[in-house]
Amino acid sequence: MEVGYVELAIGSILVSNFVLMKFLGLCPLLGVSKRTSDSVGMGLAVIFVMTLASAVTAVLYRHVLLPGTAEHTNILQAIGIPFPTGGGPTGGLVLVLKTISYILVIAALVQFVEMVLKKSVPALYRALGIYLPLITTNCAVMGVALLNTTDWRGSAAGLPVHKAAFNGFCAGVGFLLVMLFMSGIRERLAESRVPRALQGLPIAFICAGLMALAFMGFTKLFGIAV
Amino acid sequence: MEEILPYLGPALAVLGVLAVVFGAVLALANRFFRVQVDPRQQEIEEALPQTNCGACGYGGCAAYAEAIVQGKADCDLCLPGGPETACSIGEIMGKEIAEFKPKVAVVKCQGSFQTTFARFRYVGERDCRAAAATQYGQTACPYGCLGFGTCVWACPFDAMVMDAETGLPRVLEEKCTACGTCAEVCPKNIIEILPKDRYVHVLCRNQDPGRATRQVCKVGCIACRKCEKVCPVEGSAVHVTGNLAPAGLAAVDMETCISCGKCAQECPVNAIGNFRKLRREAKKQEAAEEAAA
Repeated sequence: MEVGYVELAIGSILVSNFVLMKFLGLCPLLGVSKRTSDSVGMGLAVIFVMTLASAVTAVLYRHVLLPGTAEHTNILQAIGIPFPTGGGPTGGLVLVLKTISYILVIAALVQFVEMVLKKSVPALYRALGIYLPLITTNCAVMGVALLNTTDWRGSAAGLPVHKAAFNGFCAGVGFLLVMLFMSGIRERLAESRVPRALQGLPIAFICAGLMALAFMGFTKLFGIAV
Repeated sequence: MEEILPYLGPALAVLGVLAVVFGAVLALANRFFRVQVDPRQQEIEEALPQTNCGACGYGGCAAYAEAIVQGKADCDLCLPGGPETACSIGEIMGKEIAEFKPKVAVVKCQGSFQTTFARFRYVGERDCRAAAATQYGQTACPYGCLGFGTCVWACPFDAMVMDAETGLPRVLEEKCTACGTCAEVCPKNIIEILPKDRYVHVLCRNQDPGRATRQVCKVGCIACRKCEKVCPVEGSAVHVTGNLAPAGLAAVDMETCISCGKCAQECPVNAIGNFRKLRREAKKQEAAEEAAA
């Protein structure tokens, strides 16, 4: 069965939120969530990187790594480069190249975003600091790229390119949502009296855990289990 | 080996093409999005203490470094860095630095448990800013220290402590870098950043007439003008100013004061503090430590 857009959106933002349900991307969640303005900037940067990374990796997966089928062609096979068909459950170059080529794509994209931000929004660039280059190693970005290109409801080719990009966008929106919640909570925490042993990160982790518990309430929302 | 060989060629080709494509895109992006940064800016940033305290008036060390390079700021504004930082920045910018005047935070209130009292019991957030929003705070003196230690918490250098005996914050002058964070958070504006080589300060902010001041605090300035009269400086370095003739507050003129301390001796309510002894001792101790080392 094909996956619809609404289903993808609700699935990635609420039901299986990348931060609170899959526990990916916890580093920026706690690192950049002290001020709402910074966390929104980080969230937007992540949305941008996730969308582009999802699209590019989906293209790469379908048309370069997977052996060609009736649905999609393989560029290497089309231009006559000897292409291995065996190896692994999916065949082709998937087993050999999937991870490393995705890393390459994400690293290049983050570099690009960094350059654009440095030129056009220097204040945000300074506020994000080390966390901007760290999007490269943000497991949520890698996670969404990998999940888009795994088995989706029996289709070994994963999500089609446009849906993969949409799923990446939605995963980013889910990330932004949680960042907003977290920064709101932490802005209030900064003003409140917290027991000494829990000040700083410990109470932030407790809050994140409670939020994750709350998000479990979305499980099987509208019967969606993505 | 037989199994690996068929993958080797295409894998290398794919990775190579990807690398070349991304390299080209990034090179192009670098051309359009490059930001010209003065190399001196990096050097200045490294010379700064990176505390991002904001004492220079800019939003952090990076912003200050940028302002220096653009010629918008002087080289000697970094107070935590002290004279060494000012000198090294001057070297980078090729400018001579005039004498660097160290400063220190001074708490201008002596309203301790012994000298003043509370109007009501405050049971809210243990924060001066919150307390100040509740009927001007719980202290009898509307200008006085609320004593919840917001300045102590705010100090990025741990240079302040709450004195358990008096309930007032105390500045540890050897640690204080005069960054001004405490002065900024204090809702009563009691803390001031003042030159370290001036020893005499009026430690009161009460602007009310003498009678009203006397009712709420034993060491509040009553604007009797005795300090003005005993000051040996021509035209007096201490001035009692205020809106009404009897109301007022003495302030020491930092330019003309010779730190003789006569006003502090003469003050009938001991509202003027003399830091000479304290700073002399600190200096002596420092010298002794240096000699020992």
